[in-house]
Amino acid sequence: MIDFTISFILTFMVLFMALNISALFSAWVDRKASALMQDRIGANRASIFGFLPFNLGLTNSMLCDPIKLFTKEDFVPPGADKLLHTLAPIIAFVPALITFVAIPFGDVLSIGGREINLQAANLNVGLLYILAMVSLGVYGVVLAGWASNNRWALLGGIRASAQMVSYEIAMGLSLIGTVLTFGSLDLQEIARAQGHLIGGWIPAWGIIYQPVAFFIFMAAGMAESKRIPFDLPEAESELIQGYFTEYSGSKQAMFMVVDLIESVIVSGLVTTLFFGGWQIPFLARDGFHFPWGGIVALPSLIVALLQVGSFTIKVLFFTFLQLMIRWTVPRFRYDQLMNLGWKGLLPLSLVNVMVTALVILLVQSAK
Amino acid sequence: MDHVTFFSLALPLIVVAAMVILHPNPVYSALFLVLTLFLLAVYFLFLDAHMVAALQIIVYAGAIMVLFLFVIMLLNVQSNPQEHQRKGLRTAATIGGALLVAELFLLLRRAPNGAGQSPLPEGYGTVVAMSERLFTDFLLPFEVTSVLLLVAVVGAVVLAKRHI
Repeated sequence: MIDFTISFILTFMVLFMALNISALFSAWVDRKASALMQDRIGANRASIFGFLPFNLGLTNSMLCDPIKLFTKEDFVPPGADKLLHTLAPIIAFVPALITFVAIPFGDVLSIGGREINLQAANLNVGLLYILAMVSLGVYGVVLAGWASNNRWALLGGIRASAQMVSYEIAMGLSLIGTVLTFGSLDLQEIARAQGHLIGGWIPAWGIIYQPVAFFIFMAAGMAESKRIPFDLPEAESELIQGYFTEYSGSKQAMFMVVDLIESVIVSGLVTTLFFGGWQIPFLARDGFHFPWGGIVALPSLIVALLQVGSFTIKVLFFTFLQLMIRWTVPRFRYDQLMNLGWKGLLPLSLVNVMVTALVILLVQSAK
Repeated sequence: MDHVTFFSLALPLIVVAAMVILHPNPVYSALFLVLTLFLLAVYFLFLDAHMVAALQIIVYAGAIMVLFLFVIMLLNVQSNPQEHQRKGLRTAATIGGALLVAELFLLLRRAPNGAGQSPLPEGYGTVVAMSERLFTDFLLPFEVTSVLLLVAVVGAVVLAKRHI
């Protein structure tokens, strides 16, 4: 029981901190990197005692923005459904936050004879759990749109529900190929299966087996997180701010953070399914085993730290990639969005499933 | 499942399910239905049926109920329908409800007694165990269901598009 409690609390804290830091980090990188990309200066006004933080806009986005958002008046428009208006951001926030518990961020850490699995919840239906939580995320958005008693908000909510339901299908189907390849729905198993080497040199990461699924999943995942170029539910030029037009203060902040958390989750999933998760090439549980013969033995703690570090770096990279795409590509038109989802990604993912199944059958019968 | 768990789940489930038909606002009704499905999924979790629980949330709570909400919001359904519309519905609902209750009692009388049963086999309710049953013992029903779904999809497309 004590074992369980210790590992549970530790894991939960790590996940919570990782998620919040990456969300804030993306908020800062989002502002500053986009400014650099577009030849603007970006956030640079606020500083602490005039010298911190070297004019990088850190104070603006990490300190001033949150304080400003949390201290603003919490306004509920007249005619709005007060209960649902208050519940909607929570309903959007909670599924997004608890999705991360199924994603492994390291292998096994052995301390004092105990083996701690570096994953908050070891579920045998891990992937299905994540899809379930992603599909629940729609409710917050739809309810926000409806409860605000505002036509723009309702339009945003309806767009969001259509978009998210459509792209969930492509997302789920693209994952079937991966599941077929690794033969498990458990994300820790999938990450472990990517540890061996093809021909002794190339790490057997998912992208090598499932390159098409990676692109489909990335596109569908970005559509799920409702960010540019898929941000039709909150298109500023058409719908003011979409489903959260009528929100202010910390509730608005929650909606903004949900989008960021979702893109971090997509990065986490891409990392786990296609880029080896916490794997570092040639690093096994007891140290590095290089294919040219060298062995560097390492204690378990160092190995675990290296794995967590590798996972974090990969996740940050893919979050950054999504930000780059966000500030590069213009927004889709609504019919283009639906065409891409139903006529582009869906048939492509079906073909991917068929081809993967055929190849696996052929390989099995060849054995 | 022990009695405390059972009743602490069953009571809210029944209250929430009753609210689906008692609440005057259709949006709230739909939301209570979502809660009902969610609590049912928790039930499945306690009964070691993890796969069914996950599918329950993905398919019913995550996809079908979203479309329900979508339609209710788009049509802007009035909370109080006309009285003459209600009359026929009420008779139909009473008959249907009575039939369901009768069916329930029949099934309860036939149900096996849970007390003397052997413990579950290892790995019960996991994806592997369930898929093995699905693709061996229940292969024919499984395939027939998929054909049925295909027919439904084709029918929906034909109905929605007059000129194909």
